[in-house]
Amino acid sequence: MKEINELNLPENIKYSKDHEWASIQGDVVTVGINDYAQDQLGEVVFVEMPQVGDSFDEGEEFGTVESVKAVSELYCPVSGEVVEVNDALEDAPELVNNDPYQGGWIMKIKTDNPSEMDNLMDKAAYLEMLKG
Amino acid sequence: MADTTGTGGLIFKEALLWEKSREGRCAVSIPTRDVPVAELDPALVGAAPELPQLGEFDVVRHYTRLSQWNFGLDSGMYPLGSCTMKYNPKINDVQAARPGFAGAHPMIDDELSQGALELLYHMEQYLAEITGMAATTLQPAAGAHGELAGMLVIHAWHEKQGHQRSKIIIPDTAHGTNPASASLCGYESVNIRSGPEGILTPEAVAAVMDEDTAGIMITNPNTLGLFEENLREIADIVHAKGGLVYGDGANLNAIMGIVKPADLGIDVIHFNLHKTFSTPHGGGGPGSGPISVVKELAPFLPVPRVEKTVNGYRLVHNTPDSIGRMLTFHGHFGIVVRAYAYIRSMGAKGLTDVSKYAVLNANYIKAGLKDDLHLPYDRPCMHECVFTDKNQVDTDITTLDMAKRIMDYGFHPPTIYFPLVVHGAIMIEPTETESKQTLDQFIAAFKAVVKEAKETPEILKKAPHLPKVSRLDEVTAARKPVLRG
Amino acid sequence: MRYLPHTPQDIAQMLQKTGHAGLEDLFATIPEKFRINGKLELPDPLTEWELNAHMDQLSSTMCAFPRNKIFLGAGSYPHYIPSVIPSLISRSEFATAYTPYQPEISQGTLQGIYEFQTMITELLGTEVATASHYDCGTALTEALLIALRKKKKVNRVAVSCLVHPHHRQMINTYFAPAGFEMVEIPMAGDGTTDLAAVAAMDDIAAVAVQSPNFLGCIEDLAGVKTMADSKNALFITSFTEGLAWGLLKNPGSFGADIVAGEGQSFGIAQCFGGPGLGILTAQKKYVRDLPGRLVGRTRDTNGEEGFVLTLSTREQHIRREKASSNICSNNGLNALTAAMYLATVGKIGIREIAQINHDKASFLRDLLVDAGFEIAFERPFFNEFALKAPKGYGVKRQALKKKGILAGLSLECYYPALKNHYLFCATEVFSRQDMEDLAKEVKHG
Repeated sequence: MKEINELNLPENIKYSKDHEWASIQGDVVTVGINDYAQDQLGEVVFVEMPQVGDSFDEGEEFGTVESVKAVSELYCPVSGEVVEVNDALEDAPELVNNDPYQGGWIMKIKTDNPSEMDNLMDKAAYLEMLKG
Repeated sequence: MADTTGTGGLIFKEALLWEKSREGRCAVSIPTRDVPVAELDPALVGAAPELPQLGEFDVVRHYTRLSQWNFGLDSGMYPLGSCTMKYNPKINDVQAARPGFAGAHPMIDDELSQGALELLYHMEQYLAEITGMAATTLQPAAGAHGELAGMLVIHAWHEKQGHQRSKIIIPDTAHGTNPASASLCGYESVNIRSGPEGILTPEAVAAVMDEDTAGIMITNPNTLGLFEENLREIADIVHAKGGLVYGDGANLNAIMGIVKPADLGIDVIHFNLHKTFSTPHGGGGPGSGPISVVKELAPFLPVPRVEKTVNGYRLVHNTPDSIGRMLTFHGHFGIVVRAYAYIRSMGAKGLTDVSKYAVLNANYIKAGLKDDLHLPYDRPCMHECVFTDKNQVDTDITTLDMAKRIMDYGFHPPTIYFPLVVHGAIMIEPTETESKQTLDQFIAAFKAVVKEAKETPEILKKAPHLPKVSRLDEVTAARKPVLRG
Repeated sequence: MRYLPHTPQDIAQMLQKTGHAGLEDLFATIPEKFRINGKLELPDPLTEWELNAHMDQLSSTMCAFPRNKIFLGAGSYPHYIPSVIPSLISRSEFATAYTPYQPEISQGTLQGIYEFQTMITELLGTEVATASHYDCGTALTEALLIALRKKKKVNRVAVSCLVHPHHRQMINTYFAPAGFEMVEIPMAGDGTTDLAAVAAMDDIAAVAVQSPNFLGCIEDLAGVKTMADSKNALFITSFTEGLAWGLLKNPGSFGADIVAGEGQSFGIAQCFGGPGLGILTAQKKYVRDLPGRLVGRTRDTNGEEGFVLTLSTREQHIRREKASSNICSNNGLNALTAAMYLATVGKIGIREIAQINHDKASFLRDLLVDAGFEIAFERPFFNEFALKAPKGYGVKRQALKKKGILAGLSLECYYPALKNHYLFCATEVFSRQDMEDLAKEVKHG
């Protein structure tokens, strides 16, 4: 497992307390799990994704990510409607481990309320939380 | 000669069934056709299924070779914690195979199945006596199924009281099936932690028990191998708020003839006949998971019930408060027969001795290994003891590595990484049927593994070395599942 | 006691090591007032020989196959069991092993189950099969629960009233606390499910039928598929007589989403109804919804092929209250028995035996009709069929019982409309003579 100072946590995106990351462009938010979460889970074998058109509230469960020995629920960092999911994860769930912020994104969600992004943490605040 | 167990020798390779298939072979004696062929509407007929085509000897070699890749309890000590891998007496298999039992149809009239009904009736009584309960059902197919039956009974009882409840208390040491069974009954699990000594405190239960809580599910002895010393007080707290106490009887092997669960305030308890009562585990089943209940809950047991009358035994199908039916017929009868034979062979003294020697053996292992492995709760244990890999942390050797290595010494590994409350748990349950000599060999083997962890860790990292296959790639198996040939 | 190896000397040495003065001290953590000191009211122990005598006495009172002629199926079928099967399955490496959590030393069980999964999907025309369940009833219930999980906003399923009555009872038992509802689809005049009645049912997660159904009639599975699709519901089908698929077009070819079945006919003794073998198999898209164990093929660190339990994160030891089911075991040894049976009969044998079952049942039906019974339903059947009995048959049936012949199951208590109707079964184990004797007794006896 990585030490906290070894984690790859980009500056330009937001983090949730449940270890998702979120990045907004216009009103579309891309969501995935961050380096800490993928490292804790170990080798990811399956990502249960929502369907395009599903709607979620902020904090609502939208899927799960499985490793050989564990399953983690995924919680929606902002409310909105799913506009795209990362189909590549069906055949290559390892993208979540190897490339969590690019190839390993999980879904894109269109939000009515972009200000919910402000409820998420920046890198510094998230690191602070991890150090607890 | 050799006074240590070990492995080594000849292992055959063997192909998959269909790789051995040759067009035109058939390993069965085709029954005589002494009646005319009756053609079925061709629209309903399908192509013959593509099953393998083998000769009888092909089948015999195939399964004989496969069996030799398995470690069975008859091969060597199998100290899986919480699984009670005790000797499975051969005489019990003989009883289940008797033609009168093996060829019995489950739906024939009661007067034609008196022997089976008599056996079921007495078995219910024996299990009730062992636990101090009033009534038993033998219907549930396995421990988890018994748990579900027990929770359904609790649910039905609350329903009958006119006030259904929404929650159930489950300690952190519980088997994973407990919360799963509770949620099938619509109960939300309220998890509580054990106290610093590894057992539950009355205070922890009192803090969460309320009038919306259906009761508590409690394993005793618990999965740390410790007796829940405060159980009676906890049961009183639960009862005072109108709740019921479910006892997970997976670990009954430590307390038969020592204490009756009903005296401790338990209202429903399940048995694992494949643990405590010596029936074979069969590579994962079939088991049998009867439940016994206190008098107040007896009307809720599944149907049919076996009843004794002046004219013999009969099945009663309509009891108004019953939860219904858990299994198509009368439970895993063939397993119940074996367990019945076991109880009849042991008697009261035999079963009590079982508990004593099971606990003695576990304490002996604990004493033998506590200088080598970290013991998170150094308290008197019951039938099993739990160690961890904490002492090995510096060597980068984990519980998994030690478990894999112990195979090379001719032992099945203990249960590992359970209970979840202990990090890197190594849970050892020797059972009463292992002799002191075998326990000594096991202790010596584990000490050797611990020594290797320090001196030659690379041997452990790649263990096991002697079985047919080495460690398998579980990640690829799960990422790209290949579930059929 | 011969199972307990402890000598007085062993005990003394062990107590010394553990630091206890005596065996009683081991239980010091149990409050004194609760200790019963071995006081259990149980019969005195029996020697091996006494036990044999006792069990012989109990079992010999039973009316059982093959000594008695039991013309009855209804979920439990008499079939020949080739001798290789009890011989191989009783190898203790199979029988005395635990669940294969340590794959390196469990390859026998694992490959055996992988082969079972493969042959079951071949037999039923589906894509994935679990390592087994308890019996058909529990497998069918689990199948319906899958449908309810898939269709989250719906809490009802439609189940044919011709599904085994005990299975429907079990479904109700499981459903009650969760608030799910089973709506029964009525019977049509021809002894099959009245699918037209489903048209009026809304918000159902699944349409489930048994085929051949409890009355022995082969259902119109294509019609079920159409109806399930029109309701956006899962198409679930069950069976209690697995040998039927040696002859009949399999449920997978009709597009069944999930198939639940009983595998007792595959080399497993009837044994008063258990343990049986629950078969649960489905199309691939449901693989992560299936409860219970799955074996998958993989490789070891040296590149050798091997097998492991896989996708286990669905199970309760990891998911706890979120698990897809509380089931943590299967009927593994019976799954292996069924695999041995299917390998033994093979492609040729299963077809032959299935055809002979149909032939014998057809022959028996004709004989009984000749003896005064009336055909209840004209629908095609496999090896079971319902007949309306001639007047006074109830009394005659009682008399036959005294001769060790069990001639049919009265259907009235399951279907009040079927007064005086009986369900009969004939399999390969009944000779022409057996059947002619029965017919003669019915006609003249």
